[in-house]
Amino acid sequence: MLKLEKRPQPSRLWTWVTPILAVVITMLAGGALFAALGQDPVEAISTIFWQPLFGEFAFYYRPQLLIKGAPLVLIAIGLSLGFRAGIWNIGAEGQYIVGALAGAGVGLAFYPTESWVIFPLMVLAGAIGGWVWGTIPALLKLKFGTNEILVSLMLVYVAEQLLAAMALGLMKNPEGRGFPGSRNFRQYESAHNAELITGTGMHWGVVAAMIAVILAYVLLSRHILGYHIRLAGQAPKAARFAGVRSARLILFCLGTSGALAGLAGMFEVSGPAGQVSIDFNVGYGFTAIIVAFLGRLHPLGILLAGTLLALTYIGGELAQSNMGLPAAAIQLFQGMLLFFLLAVDVLTNFRVRLSRPEVA
Amino acid sequence: MMILSSIDPVLLLASLMVASTPILLAALGELVVERAGVLNLGVEGMMITGAICGFAMAVNTGSPLVGFIAAAAGGAVLALLFALLTQFALANQVASGLALTLFGLGLSSLLGQGYVGIKPPPTARLDLPILSDLPLVGRVLFSHDLMVYFALALVALVWALLKYTRAGLILRAVGENHEAAHALGYKVVRIRILAILFGGACAGLGGAYLSLVRVPQWTEGMTSGAGWIALALVVFASWKAGRVLLGAWLFGGVSVLQLNLQAAGLAIPVEYLSMSPYLITILVLVIMSADKSRAPASLGRIFHASQ
Amino acid sequence: MKLTHLLTSAALALGLASAAVAQDKTKVGFIYVGPIGDGGWTYEHDKGRLAVEAHFGDAVETVYQESVPEGADAERAITQMALQGADLIFTTSFGFMEPTLAVAEKFPDVKFEHATGYKTLPNVSTYSARFYEGRAVQGHIAGKMTKSNIVGYIASYPIPEVIRGINSAYIHAKKVNPDVEFKIIWAYTWFDPAKEADAATALIEQGADVILQHTDSTAPQAAAEKAGNVVTFGQASDMSEYAPFPRVSSIIDNWAPYYIARTQAVMDGTWESTQTWDGIGPGMVGIGEISDAVPAEVKEEALALKAAMADGSYHPFSGPLNKQDGSVWLAEGAVADDGTLLGMDFYVEGLTGEIPN
Repeated sequence: MLKLEKRPQPSRLWTWVTPILAVVITMLAGGALFAALGQDPVEAISTIFWQPLFGEFAFYYRPQLLIKGAPLVLIAIGLSLGFRAGIWNIGAEGQYIVGALAGAGVGLAFYPTESWVIFPLMVLAGAIGGWVWGTIPALLKLKFGTNEILVSLMLVYVAEQLLAAMALGLMKNPEGRGFPGSRNFRQYESAHNAELITGTGMHWGVVAAMIAVILAYVLLSRHILGYHIRLAGQAPKAARFAGVRSARLILFCLGTSGALAGLAGMFEVSGPAGQVSIDFNVGYGFTAIIVAFLGRLHPLGILLAGTLLALTYIGGELAQSNMGLPAAAIQLFQGMLLFFLLAVDVLTNFRVRLSRPEVA
Repeated sequence: MMILSSIDPVLLLASLMVASTPILLAALGELVVERAGVLNLGVEGMMITGAICGFAMAVNTGSPLVGFIAAAAGGAVLALLFALLTQFALANQVASGLALTLFGLGLSSLLGQGYVGIKPPPTARLDLPILSDLPLVGRVLFSHDLMVYFALALVALVWALLKYTRAGLILRAVGENHEAAHALGYKVVRIRILAILFGGACAGLGGAYLSLVRVPQWTEGMTSGAGWIALALVVFASWKAGRVLLGAWLFGGVSVLQLNLQAAGLAIPVEYLSMSPYLITILVLVIMSADKSRAPASLGRIFHASQ
Repeated sequence: MKLTHLLTSAALALGLASAAVAQDKTKVGFIYVGPIGDGGWTYEHDKGRLAVEAHFGDAVETVYQESVPEGADAERAITQMALQGADLIFTTSFGFMEPTLAVAEKFPDVKFEHATGYKTLPNVSTYSARFYEGRAVQGHIAGKMTKSNIVGYIASYPIPEVIRGINSAYIHAKKVNPDVEFKIIWAYTWFDPAKEADAATALIEQGADVILQHTDSTAPQAAAEKAGNVVTFGQASDMSEYAPFPRVSSIIDNWAPYYIARTQAVMDGTWESTQTWDGIGPGMVGIGEISDAVPAEVKEEALALKAAMADGSYHPFSGPLNKQDGSVWLAEGAVADDGTLLGMDFYVEGLTGEIPN
């Protein structure tokens, strides 16, 4: 019989090998799926993984990787802090929306004034919006002991309705012929999160994601707070003896992840998305949870995982329009990738042993 | 109040019974899963897989009953994936559940490609000779299809099972403290897998109720978030079967009432009304914190026997 | 900034050129907002795409991408098609307006067609259908068919397109039945079968025996069928699976003639930026077969109305017409201009309730 035996320490080797293994298995299984749909599996897989990076039009897709990956990484970095400490914020989608609304609201309030202060104010508002939405579950947890998983999830739905109300009401473009959706930030220079260098995809959100990765890395490896976070997750009792104040930790983790998600939303709405519309949120907040886990809650891992996921999105779109693969097949393919990545992770923390049945 | 007179409360309650059935079924399944200490966020994915499996089988065989059975099976198969991931590969439940939803949405639209624009065979309405003709109660309670009663019976069954049977006791023990349950010799993993499969089957039934009765048709993404509402419902119900029923009526009721008020000509802020069930759920969570009925203590935690 | 911008433009142009050389077929791309299996809006656009393939055979290659979210993803999807050498790209949702314009500026040699929008460029046309003409026919039949004098209307979002439909249907129902009353539910969705079913049920329970819908699923049809004596109309596609009753007729989006004509124009090199708003006449709005559940003389009247709109002798918004508040909108003999119709944000006299905002 096969038996799992916990490794005393997560295996370094397997930490690196497992993601590659998962991608390979996904390519095989996905190839089978595409073949079953009557497509050339090799072409499909290479379209997804190779074309965006090294294909004919890579000059366009590589920057797009940044645009697609940046919000995922930014949110996932925030979430990973909490996840490490055993604090489960799964409402990043809501924090992302509220951050976007707060940031966009400030920008729209200034319209049509042009001034350099507007964009920084929007950034601030976005962070505060997300922070507020993330702090609600933290305060309720501290005050009433409510489960933060559930409260943060409920707040996603509240935020979605708030977004609909704003897109159809308060923030609706008065010159938009009655259609839902706000003014377009592309036409409002002071509030537009434009590409910093044209054609590179580099906008402030990408910069923020990079900074977040670095800060998280430093925090976790060098700072006492990072030590407390890791301790709280691995040995809650020891953490208490070590003087970790869990209330502060909860507020910090939920607040920070909320603020980062809010920032991501704000950068997205004022840049790539361009306007507040009813369903401008495309699930980054939920996908980022997966990114955080795929990246093993490590800042560099998250950076890689976010890029990988962005690659499958962009490559998947390519496969759709070039090969006529249905969108559903791509969705299924991504689902598989996640399944395999999650499944093989067991090898990092456990050893598979062949065990003889014990004699009673 | 003149306006409101056009709303017939009897009919309102009757349609509420129908509107609440899909989320009721899915939430009951998830309740059992969570009671066993497992958080499966993949309800939406299992529901929609159930919706297409049930629809396809009902269309091909002409029997809604076969459809519902297939839906339960489809939901359970998808749940099995989740069980393998979380119980054997010890993957994180939150991430696995989200991946399951993504997978289920993709799978269902792939399976459903040949089924757009088809009408399913009708599910018979159960007309009970005398009961259906009773004033008021007859229309509200006794003029529905079989699945409505099945869902209600399932509420009673789950309630009784959890409260009075040994199996229920074990299930709760596993959810509260898996180490202790393991020490007592209970097969934690096996029990959890069964609970997860049950949850998948229920979600599948809920999805099929949408595609076979309430809508009835197949279209991609047709559950439009019902699975997420089911998740909220379990929390709202503070993990109690009876309260799930109450919650389903509240969640279903808000949406039905909202539409009825509009039809009656009342200008209402739709979005703010639609927010209310979730805010109420948070409120319930806060109030519950003073109560004994908390979330199962092992909810979402990974169990490995060697620990 | 300047240099990199130039470089990018050059690279984009180069990519475009190499793609253009590589092909001799005309490549037509379609960007869809929903899945092609939605049975409504996107489904009908895809039927248009298939019609293009069938019409031109090997001379044309079509590509499409479904379920494209509005916003950043749309811009990438459209760019992708332009890069892959598409000569003509149809973007089939209002929300694709800004992304379409942004991409069009980068690819001056590619032609773009944006559905339901109002902004154009030298290489961007807009096209939309005068669905309100179809609503007039529905209104006429509804006014004649209702016994309770209550017509239920499932509206999606409070935008001009939907408001036009409500007004048109109401005017023509009222014309043949002065006692008719409209009950309107705003579903705040284009597509949510469960919600649409609930909305239909709520309307039926409040006495409506005719249901008009401006949402895309067949759920209201099924709800009406369950209720028994309720008349419905198909929306976006024919929904003939519910004929002859409850579905007695339908409005069908028929994009095929337009798509074929525009593709032909690109092949001939005669394509120009235009703003098309076609109705029953050119065949962009189809009226689904009026079933035998409708009395013969009503059917005849409805067809006469349809014919009058098709040949342009009758405009559904002809004076005298007042706004809801009683103020004069169109005097006797006047006809609504397109500008007012495109931005319509008011009910006509007789409709109750307010348009939410």
